[in-house]
Amino acid sequence: MRQVLTIGGRQFRSYFNGPVAYIVICIVMLTLGFFFWKTFFLFSRASAREMFRWLGLIMVFALPALTMGLLAEEKRTGTIELLITMPVTEAQVILGKFIGVLGLYAVILALTVFYPISVSTLGDLDWGPVLSGYLGLLLQGSAVLAIGLMASSWTSNQLIALFVALTLSVFFWVLDKFLAILPTNAASTLEWLSFDHHFQSMARGVIDLRDVLFFVSVAVFALALAFRALESRRWS
Amino acid sequence: MSDVMIDARDLTKQYGPVTAVKNATFQVNRGEVVGFLGPNGAGKTTTMKILTCFIAPSGGTARVAGADIFEDPISVREAIGYLPESTPLYTEMLVLEYLEFVGKMRELRGAGLQARLRRVVEETSLGDVIGKSIGELSKGYRQRVGLAQALIHEPPVLILDEPMSGLDPNQASEIRQLIREIGRERTVILSTHNLAEVQVTCGRVLIIANGQLVADDTPEELAARAGKPRFVATIRKDGLSESAIRDAFSEIIDAQSVKQKTDAAAGEVVVEIVPKGNQDLRANIFHAAVSANIVLLGLEQRGENLEDIFRQLTTGNSGVPS
Repeated sequence: MRQVLTIGGRQFRSYFNGPVAYIVICIVMLTLGFFFWKTFFLFSRASAREMFRWLGLIMVFALPALTMGLLAEEKRTGTIELLITMPVTEAQVILGKFIGVLGLYAVILALTVFYPISVSTLGDLDWGPVLSGYLGLLLQGSAVLAIGLMASSWTSNQLIALFVALTLSVFFWVLDKFLAILPTNAASTLEWLSFDHHFQSMARGVIDLRDVLFFVSVAVFALALAFRALESRRWS
Repeated sequence: MSDVMIDARDLTKQYGPVTAVKNATFQVNRGEVVGFLGPNGAGKTTTMKILTCFIAPSGGTARVAGADIFEDPISVREAIGYLPESTPLYTEMLVLEYLEFVGKMRELRGAGLQARLRRVVEETSLGDVIGKSIGELSKGYRQRVGLAQALIHEPPVLILDEPMSGLDPNQASEIRQLIREIGRERTVILSTHNLAEVQVTCGRVLIIANGQLVADDTPEELAARAGKPRFVATIRKDGLSESAIRDAFSEIIDAQSVKQKTDAAAGEVVVEIVPKGNQDLRANIFHAAVSANIVLLGLEQRGENLEDIFRQLTTGNSGVPS
C-alpha cells in the first residue's frame, strides 16, 4: 500500500510541475463561473443546484485531459519500464496512478467550494444537497478518471487516449438526453446507464446506494481493464 | 543463497514470427561482471527485459537471486537494480526528488533512505546537480542519475543496458571504475557494442547474435581461442607481379595462406601470412624474402583482437577454427 501511495504522490506532484493541472483548473473555474453566474440571478434562489448541473458536465470534458498522459506518456518515454521493474505489481501501478489523479480532482473540487460559500452569504443555503452533490461529483469523476486511465493504458499516444476517453465519457453522459424519442424499455436501460441520470439524483440531495454502486462498478471495471492492458505487455 | 545469481535456462522470446532470443542458457555468479555483446537487434535488450520481469519469455525460465521470474517476480525485481536502454527518467522531477521516489519504491524510509541517498549521490558524483530538474541535465549526468536509481537499494544484481552510451571518455572511465568496484561483491550484467569497453570492464563476455548465444568466455580466452597469430610483411614493390610475390612466400612450409592486402602505400605491398599452427614464421619470412630477392621493409606479428572475433561470430562467416 505504501508503494501505491508513493506512486500516487509522485503522480500528484508531477501535475504541478507541468502546465496540465493549471490549465484544467483555469478552464474549470472560468467555465463554471460563466455558466453559474449567468443564470444565478435569473432564478434568484440560494441554491447550488445549477452549479452541480454545470460542474457535472464540465468535469466530463475536463477530466480526460488529466488522465490522457497517465500511462500513455510513460509508455512513450519508456519510464514505464523503470516503474514496472520496481518491486510492485501492475495492480499497484494502476491503483497508484488512479489515486494520484483522484487527488488532483479532489483539489479541483475543493477550489469550487467558493461557489456554495458565496451563495450562502446571499441567502439561506441548504448544505445537505451540496454535500451529496459533491459526493456525486467525486463518484462520477472516479468513473470518468478510471475510463481515462483505461484509455491511456491502451496507447502510447496521449491524443488518442484523450480522444477515446472523451468519446466514452461524453457517450455515457449523454445517454439519457434522447430518451423521449426511444421506446420505453430501451429508454429505461439507457437512462440507467447514463452518468448524468445517476449524478443528478445525487445533486438533488438523494444518496441512493444504487447510484453509488453504479459509479463504483464502472470505475472498478475500467481499472480492471487498464490492469489487463498493462499486464498483457508481458506476453505480447 | 548459492553463488549462482542469474540462472537462465532455454530462454526464448518470440514476437509474432520474429524470434528475438532463442534457447539462451547461461549462469552468472556473484562477483562477476558480464558483458553482453552483440550487434543491434541481437537480443541483448530482450534478454535483459526478461530477467527484470518486464516481459515474459515465450519459452524457458530464469532464476535471479534464487527467485523464479514466473513464480516470484516481486522478489526478482527486489534483487535487481536496472538501467534500461536510453535511460528513461521523469524529466520534470528534480534529481533528489526522483532518487527519493525510487528509494521509497524500494521500501527505504527515513534515516536509512537518507543514508543511501548520500551514498549513491557520492558514488555517482551527482552532488552538483542534485537540485536541478532531470530535464536540464546533460546526457552524461542523466546516465549517472539512471545508475544512481539502480544502485540505491544496494541490489545484489545489476542489469545495465548500455550504461556507457553517450558518455565522454572521462565520464565513461569514472562509471567503468564504479562498475568494477560494484562488481567485486555483486553481480553485474551490462550490454554494449563497444568492444574496448568489455575488455576493460568485464571478466566474462557473452556474445549474442541473431538471438543466440555464440560465445561465453573471458575476453582473454576468447581472444586466445581465435587468436591465431598472423604475420604482416611490408615489402617494396619493385615491379614484382602479384603471383611472383605469392610464390615467393608460399615456399614457406608452415604457411597456411598468403594474401596481399589492399591497404598498402604507393610502391609497397603488404602481405599477410597465416601459419598452419601457432608457429612463429618471422625468420622463415625473412629467409623467403632474401632468397627471392625481395626487399623487406617491415614485419610484424599480429594476434586477433576481440573486434575480429566479434565480427566473425556475429556475421556468421567463421574463418575461426575453434
